[in-house]
This record gives sequence, C-alpha cells and structure tokens, in this order.
Amino acid sequence: MKLNINGKDQEYAGEEDRPLLWYLREDLRLTGTKYGCGVAACGACTVLVDGQPTRACVTPAASLAGKKITTIEGLDTPAGKAVQQAWTELDVVQCGWCQSGQMLAATALLTTTPKPNEQQITDGMTGNVCRCATYHRIRGAVARASEIMG
Amino acid sequence: MADTASFTPSRRLVLTVMGLGAAGFAVGCSAGAPPITGPVTQTALGDYVRIGSDNTVTVYLRHIEFGQGISTGLTTIVAEEIDADWSQMRFEHSPADNAKYGNPAFGGMMGTGGSTAIFTSWQQLRAAGASAREMLRQAAAKKFGVDASDVLLVKGKAEAGGKSATYGELAAEAAKITPPDVTTLQYKDASAYAFIGKERTEGFGRLDTPDKVHAKAAYALDYRPEGTLTAVLLRSPKFGGKVASFDDSAAKAVKGVTDVVQISNGVAVVATDFWAAKKGREALKVTWDDSAAETRSSDAIFADYKKTFAKSGYEARKEGAGVSALRGAGEVVTADFEFPYLVHAPMEPLNCVIEYTPGVSATIHSGSQMPTGDQAAACAVLGLKPEQVTIVTMLAGGSFGRRATPDADLVSEAAQVAKALNGKAPLKFMWTREDDIRSGKYRPMSVHRMSARLNKGAIEYWGDTTAIQSIMEGTPFLPPGAVDTSSIEGGFDIPYAIPNIAVDLHLVKAPTSVLWWRSVGHTHTAYAKEHFLDVLAKKLGKDPVAYRRELLAKEPRLLGVLNLVAEKAGWGTPLPAGKFRGVAVHHSFSSYVAEVAEVSVNADGAFHVDRVVCAVDCGIVINPDIVRAQMEGGIGYGLSAIVGEALTLKDGAPVQSNFYDYTPLRMAQMPKIEVFMVQSTEAPSGVGEPGVPPIGPAVANALLAATGKTYAKLPLGAKA
Ligand code: FES
Ligand code: FES
Repeated sequence: MKLNINGKDQEYAGEEDRPLLWYLREDLRLTGTKYGCGVAACGACTVLVDGQPTRACVTPAASLAGKKITTIEGLDTPAGKAVQQAWTELDVVQCGWCQSGQMLAATALLTTTPKPNEQQITDGMTGNVCRCATYHRIRGAVARASEIMG
Repeated sequence: MADTASFTPSRRLVLTVMGLGAAGFAVGCSAGAPPITGPVTQTALGDYVRIGSDNTVTVYLRHIEFGQGISTGLTTIVAEEIDADWSQMRFEHSPADNAKYGNPAFGGMMGTGGSTAIFTSWQQLRAAGASAREMLRQAAAKKFGVDASDVLLVKGKAEAGGKSATYGELAAEAAKITPPDVTTLQYKDASAYAFIGKERTEGFGRLDTPDKVHAKAAYALDYRPEGTLTAVLLRSPKFGGKVASFDDSAAKAVKGVTDVVQISNGVAVVATDFWAAKKGREALKVTWDDSAAETRSSDAIFADYKKTFAKSGYEARKEGAGVSALRGAGEVVTADFEFPYLVHAPMEPLNCVIEYTPGVSATIHSGSQMPTGDQAAACAVLGLKPEQVTIVTMLAGGSFGRRATPDADLVSEAAQVAKALNGKAPLKFMWTREDDIRSGKYRPMSVHRMSARLNKGAIEYWGDTTAIQSIMEGTPFLPPGAVDTSSIEGGFDIPYAIPNIAVDLHLVKAPTSVLWWRSVGHTHTAYAKEHFLDVLAKKLGKDPVAYRRELLAKEPRLLGVLNLVAEKAGWGTPLPAGKFRGVAVHHSFSSYVAEVAEVSVNADGAFHVDRVVCAVDCGIVINPDIVRAQMEGGIGYGLSAIVGEALTLKDGAPVQSNFYDYTPLRMAQMPKIEVFMVQSTEAPSGVGEPGVPPIGPAVANALLAATGKTYAKLPLGAKA
C-alpha cells in the first residue's frame, strides 16, 4: 500500500498493527518524529495527517493509505516555517526531544487559528508534554509565529 | 555549623573502582553552521580546544548536553579568552577519559551533575582558551616576523603590521608551540567581555537550537546502523524480584523476534524492530521469585519510616542545646512531611546502541552522563579493556539525574544482551516509557518530622528528623562507613539564625532503587524547611519576607535574592480577591534562588499557579538567557512534582505506568515566569538544579496564606 510522506509516495508492506512512528523512524529513518510514551499521552510523536495533528505512536501505518503525512522533516508550509523561525528566535528548546511534536502541534493550531488568543494557545498545546517545561517559551513562540505569519 | 560538611568523594577511590578511561572518539555535534565541503583537518591546542582548517573553533565538552545549555555555556567561556568570532564556535562531547576530562567535583571521574559544569569548568576553560590564544599569538608573530606583543587578536584573526591570518591558518604552527605556563596566563577583565553575559537577542543564542529545531540533532535513540536488532527487557514487577523460570515459546513465535535471553535483571526479547520486540515481550511468560522482593505498599513504608523516629538518628547538625531545647516555655509545633517516590521521566527514554566484536572492541552510542563509568561497566561485562570500548556521547533528551547511574544500569544490561548475542548484530537496547516509570531509580521517599518551640515571639528551637533511603551508599561516591548526608543537604545546613537546632538522619534500607533527581536532597529539605518556616511565621504573626530578612541578616547572598524577588514581585502590595502570594528562598549547588508564587484559589479549593517571580544569584552570569531558561524549566519541573507526581507502591509493585497516571505538568498548569539575576562578581555557579527547590514551598506558602492549612503531604493534588 502507498503512503504519502512529506510529498513522496512510500510503499508500506509491514505488519498491520505496526504504528507509523516506528515505520518513520526505523524504516524511513525520519527520526525527527520522537517516541515519548507510545500511548498517545505526550505528543512527542505528533505528525500531521491531512493537516490534522495525529499521534504516530498509536496510528497503524497501514491505516493511512492515500493520506498525506507531514513530519518535521517536511514542514514547509508558511505556518510551519513561521513556527520554526519563532522557535529559533526564542531559543525554545532545551533537551529538544519533545520539540518536533510541539512544532507540529503549533503548526496545526496556527493553520486553523492564525491569530490564537492565550486560551487557544493553551488548548492547542496542552496535549504535548515537555518534561523540560519549556511551556513558557512555547507560549511566546506560538504568538511570535502568528506575528511572523502576518 | 555541622561536623558533616557535604561529602567530597575521594579521587583515588573513584579511580580505583571505575578504572581509568581511555581516549575514545566522539562524533561531532555541529553548532548549526552551514556544512563544510571538503576534508577538514582539526588541530588540537590543548585538551579542550581544536581549530579546524575551516577556521572553526571546537570546544570539547566533558559534560553532556541534555537540555541545560551547557554546550553554549562552556563554549562561551573559551570563546571569550581565545578572542573568537561567535560564528566560528562549535562544540563536541569529549571522549571517555578521566585523566583528561574528569570532573573534579566527582573525585576525578567523568560526570555531569550537581550543577557543577560551569562551576568546575570556569577556571579550567578560561585557561584552555587563554593558553590557545597565546599559542596562536606566537604562531602569528613568527609568520608575520613581528614581536608577539605586537600581535592583535580579534574575532578569530591575528593582525600585525597590516598583515592578518585566521586561526584556521595559524593552527598548525600554533600546535608546535609549547603551551604557556598556566600561572602566567592573563585573563580578560570583565569590562572587556564580548561573549560572557551577552543576550540571545544580541546574537548569543543557544548553539544547539538550529539542529534541534530542524530535526538534525543526534540522539542515541536516532542512531540505528544497518542490520540493528532491538531489545527490550522484561524486569520483575516487584522491586527485588528474580527470574525463577520462563517460557519463551509464544514470544519466539512473534514475527520478527530473533532471540530471547536471560540476563541478571530479567529476560530480554530481541527482534528485528521495536514493535516486534515489544510484542514478543508481551507474549513472554516469566515466573518470578519474590522471596527477596519488596512487598509493602507506600503507606506501610511511610509508617515504617516513622517508626525509626523512636530512636535518635545520626546527628547531622546541633546548635545551642540541640534537641533538649525542644522542652521549655512556649508553644511546641510539629508536623510530619511525607514525600513520595518521584520518577525522572526524561522525555527520551533510556536507550543505547552497542556494536560489539567479541574479544576485540565495543562502540556504545549513548546519552551518557558518566561515560567512564559506562565504559567500565561494559568492560566488566564484555571482558574488554577500556581502550577497546569507545563511548560516543550523544545529545540526550533530558536526564534530570536519571542517566547518572553509578551502577551503569543501562549499559550493563545492554552489554549483557550484546554478549549473549555474541555480537552478531548492532544491538539497540531500549527502555519503554513503562519501563522508565516502573523500574526504579526514583527520588527516594522520605518523611521529615519537623518540630519547633516558639517562645517570646521567636523560634527558640528548630528540629528536623528525616527517614530516607541513601542514594550514595554502596556507590564509589561514598567511602564505606561514611554517612550519606547528601540525603538531607539543604536541611542540616539551614541558614536561619535560630539559637537551638537539631537535625538528624535515619537512613533506611529498601529494595526499591533510588537515584539523584534534579536537585537531589533539596527536593524535600527545601520544602520542609521553607514551608514549616511559614507555618511558624504565621503563628508568630510575622510577615514571611520580613521574618526571613531578620533570620538571614548574616547571609548576604540569600538576603540579596530575597530582597530582589520581594521588590520585583511587589511583595506586600494588594492582590485581587482570591489570589495569594508565597515566598521561598534556598541555597543549593553554590547558587541562591528566591521565588514568589502567585496562586489563585477558587471557592471550591481548586488552585492555579498564575505567576512566579524568581531571583537568582549564580555569580557571574555566562549566558543570561540560559539562566532564565533553566529557572523557567526548573520551576516547571519542580512544580510538576509538587502538584501532581507520585510513584506509589502497592504490594511492592509500582501503581503507575505511563504519562496517563504519572502525570507531568502541562501547558495549562504552567505559570507565567519572570526571572531576575543579581549582578555579581563571584565565580559562576550552576543553574540546572537551583531553580527547582524553592517552587514547592513558595506554592505551599501561598496556599497557607489562603487557607491557614499546613501542606505536609505531597503531591498537593488539585485542591488546596
Ligand atoms: S509517543 Fe506518541 S503521544 Fe507519546
Ligand atoms: S525540550 Fe526537553 S522535553 Fe521538551
């Protein structure tokens, strides 16, 4: 079956129940998508499936035939670029492990809500755990990305 | 002062136990500059500085970068003395080698922890930078045919008499020059600093940001050579349980599973990929021998801890009449503070990759916090010599202490599996999040029995008796027979001017493994000390800030952060209805931090920490924005535990499994944070841990202000 990942068709022939996360990381070597919990509780593995933030750790690769999957390596929409610029400007990262997921979640939020208020930022981002607790800067960076998008 | 100043490990002891490390080879972590085309040669000017033919200056880090920003901090110190241009600075983790890269605060063994990196590297890296600078100056003088004193070094270039050369061009010649005697080195005056103390907004951001934002950062879990097999280990559900027997027929029937092997600590399932290994492990049947296992639940453990208080413990501090001053005129106040086990839960679970050739070599990619300890563990399991085992230290997705294991648990488990496989393939050894939450090495549980006698408007006696498991006992960090007072660091050295003080310690044994957790003993001593002080201040009718000022009159640096935080938080100014302030101040790891928490408390008791103002004195500030980041992160990490984290045992087994029941702080709970730094000329000290201890008591003190209650059982939960 064919999956479209970052604009490229990939042939998936693996196990029915194998999560997308491990296909991305182990087979395609797209290691920007991270493992944090494996049970949809932290958001480290967030990717976009047809623009929707999706937990790759619990989504079987085989369930995504024909869908458009975007990982951090293929984040090139205006919102995605603004997010990466804002993350860089504000030095959001600490250990960095959660940050691909954070940036994908922020991209999804800004794509549907380009001018989020504080509550919308919290609601859009609260599913993503950052054990280094960079939340304070994530808040600022989402607002900054929104500004960059104009 | 106590007769038990905090313990410094003996260098000889550590070296004997862990073995001297050998030079290895580290893969570079680029600092985010454009890739260089063509071969680049590196020239070493001393152990810490290498100059590339591409004109880069690479600093060897003997500390791991796991988020604390040390790659930028240490690189800044070198950049300052070598007179570089910021854009040419790079960093790389150093090889495993105690002789060159040992941490003086760890008895000469390599290791990151105790917020020691900046503290112990300041003088050393200034010297490394200055020495390299003088070698470059000599090389330039020779090249230009001028006197060395006429050579001007600026932004990575040497100039004299209209001639100029880059460091890259001078490096080969410079390496031939005898390094100057360190005692003759001259250091820059603080007024001339071009890097130290500069802001991100001035162009001095973190060096690891670009790679981390663009998914180019190299972590161990991302490393997967061709043909790698992946292993997960099934461990005893109860602490101290052992494998009695196992049946691997169903596990081996799982597609992709290649091997099932028993090691000291459980049974490992090896497969072609992670998912197959995990399914194989689920199908594995193990019978456990629980004869030496923990069988108690957390409540029973707390009760046992309190029983130890019937006898007096190790006397860690005595002022005035000590405990006999508990008796006397006035009011006696007591409270038992209970602290649960806590899990570090770094966002990247533990993992490493071993490429092993039996009898020949092993290369281990790992987020290694104690590289030479990991090396020694691999040598012991694999029967190799240190020079045959290369540790490649990768960036790590957090640690908070979890990767600093004196018993090298991760690497020794992995090496045992690699050995059983006889090196047939590269082996990736992985912990799942469930393994991380359920398999120990926790911040130890503890009980502090706090007591005080108030008389004539003052505290006449302060008592703090603690029961806790030792972290350092049985490790190379504590000589046999010594008492591990790190368990109550920050408690026995309580800085308040109180005439009679007694602090004693009961070290208890339990099968559950424990480990230093970001700020170690201070995680509970600061809470007990600072919250109990407010409980007493309230009884005495004293304002928490004013009373601390009184008791800290002889502690200028604590007073400095207290005054700064009080001013910036608007202490004493009115707050809207339903909002309350709490303050706490604490000294840890050579730094001083005060925090004020502003907390909203609803009619139904639900509370939210809205704002935290933080003042820190960490001496000379190397990079202010990283200090800010560490305070923000430390506050969030500390708040997470205080509000909602507990690892509890039921019949000896952990109750929690993953982030749905062991619940880290999320965005919605994160306060707004403002950080202020004290201007200082003291030597720089660490910031990774000191932001953590004050937040818990600051929040509890705000709740006390709201409700009048004492918050002695942690975590606080959702309601005041
Ligand atoms: S790894 Fe998928 S949500 Fe945590
Ligand atoms: S940056 Fe470390 S977990 Fe978010």
